[in-house]
Amino acid sequence: MIERYVIEDRARNTFSLSREALVSPAVLEKEQRAIFDTCWIYVGHASELAQRGDFRTRYVAGRPVIFCRDKGGAIHALLNSCRHRGATVCREREGNARQFMCMYHGWTYETDGALKNVPGPEAYGAAFDKRNFGLIAVPRLEHYRDFYFACFDRAAPPLAEYLAGAKEYIDLVVDQSPSGRMEIIAGVQEYDVKANWKLLVENSVDDYHLPSVHTTWLNYMRSAGVNMRPPKEEGLLLPSKGSGKDLGNGHLTTDNVNFRGRPVARWISIYGEDAKGDIEAIRRELVARLGEDRAARIADTNRNLVVFPNLALNDGSSVTVRTFFPVAPDRMHVTAWCLGPAEETPAQRARRLDAFLTFYGPGGFATPDDVAALEAVQQGLAAWREVGWSDMSRGMAKPADAQLNTDEGHMRVFWRRWSELMDRVR
Amino acid sequence: MSDRRNTASTTREEVEEFLYREAALLDAWQLDEWLALTTADCGYYVPPNDKPDADHRSTLFTVADNHARLVERVKRLKDPSAHAEYPPSRTRRMIANVRIAGGDGDIIDVAANFVVYRFRRGGDRREYVGHYRYKLRRENGTLKIAERRAILDGEELGALGAVSFIL
Repeated sequence: MIERYVIEDRARNTFSLSREALVSPAVLEKEQRAIFDTCWIYVGHASELAQRGDFRTRYVAGRPVIFCRDKGGAIHALLNSCRHRGATVCREREGNARQFMCMYHGWTYETDGALKNVPGPEAYGAAFDKRNFGLIAVPRLEHYRDFYFACFDRAAPPLAEYLAGAKEYIDLVVDQSPSGRMEIIAGVQEYDVKANWKLLVENSVDDYHLPSVHTTWLNYMRSAGVNMRPPKEEGLLLPSKGSGKDLGNGHLTTDNVNFRGRPVARWISIYGEDAKGDIEAIRRELVARLGEDRAARIADTNRNLVVFPNLALNDGSSVTVRTFFPVAPDRMHVTAWCLGPAEETPAQRARRLDAFLTFYGPGGFATPDDVAALEAVQQGLAAWREVGWSDMSRGMAKPADAQLNTDEGHMRVFWRRWSELMDRVR
Repeated sequence: MSDRRNTASTTREEVEEFLYREAALLDAWQLDEWLALTTADCGYYVPPNDKPDADHRSTLFTVADNHARLVERVKRLKDPSAHAEYPPSRTRRMIANVRIAGGDGDIIDVAANFVVYRFRRGGDRREYVGHYRYKLRRENGTLKIAERRAILDGEELGALGAVSFIL
């Protein structure tokens, strides 16, 4: 491995990224320790566990996890591995359980992880204490406004501190619900991308690629009667060009004036004429609850947020919650959900889901082309020994607070933090 | 004009012939000709892998197109800027176990199994396995697709990656 993967020269405005960081098995192994074992990693949303006993099984930073609500109502993230010989004790995707029973030898656990029953206990000595053999929880589990994160580093700062400026952007999502209750909508999109996981971090916030990668989506929107020209500058909350922002601790976001519609709450022709009144009503509720300025901030801007290292909240045509984990240097598993206010009416929910699919997901009009772009990058990276560096200097000659969404300032935020954490581990 | 002839007067052979012709058009990327097989109110759905029986109005689907969106999807797929499908994937569809599953009024419910092989350069071979549920309707004597649901068997899309072509 080389010494430095990110070389930045602020005097000459150059920012070079070693392509070895995107192809090397040794880098991936080090990332597991330096990034995934030290950062707060998204697990799931409280709304996925509505009832006591509800559970969801998933992988978090490579570990099998049972995300569940116990009999008393408390939320846990238990490592899904029997204390006896290691089998997963819950093998269903989701459901409601009174207990988790290991199928191998029948060890049974309470929904809070406590070991309840061991078949044939007489074969164990007097020193065997069931209290020592409960399912092991992730070392830290905390939430911010119902978004639950795990951390495998007991010494890490609290989640609220870790999230830094990202909290404000999570608030802009959660405040869309009159009761502050957003929910994960049924139907999960789980798909692989044959590319390094960090390429999806970049892609999630890269507005430079919009005209070239998403030509057919732009054509579709125009054809559906949506005005895709950016609005004029005057009187807007943000510059019409949009910006890319550093939120601290490696978190970053785009922040753009909306001109392509939002279920909360900006009407476009795709929603249909009969939705106009309903969108206005949603808007009125926002204004009444939060005031004119805050309502406009929520309803009239799009934001693609990355919580370092691997959670994207895309608040645009709908709200996407997307997380992704590397399984090889050139492959990642992506999981994506749609998020919406819990109190949406059936018509509002249908509109949100429809809007989601215009752009997002493995059958959307845009996401498959993003995937194609990332896979093309990964193919090109095979020449990393000769073509060793990627250029990430776009916008660098401008001040840090003048970075556009089409610049790469926000992506440099990610890479600086990544580099800093990688340097901490030998 | 819809036609009152329904399930009773439609044979499996006729339905099979129709589905084979449809498959051939899709494999040949004759997408306009394929679109002509659909009714003006046709819906095309690919449900999510974890909720294959769900309703697209309350569950996030992979694809949930009304006819207008389907027309746009075909337009997109013919454009070289649809990067995920340029150059177009080579596909080969195997349609089997075709059954007339029922009917209601002028609608004929048809079920069939599918394996769709999709090839791209670099040894990229993906197998989409599942079943179709069609609602067919006669217009001026010929069968048309009023609804088309491609339901995948995989627990997740996983290595299939995307449903970027018409499945």
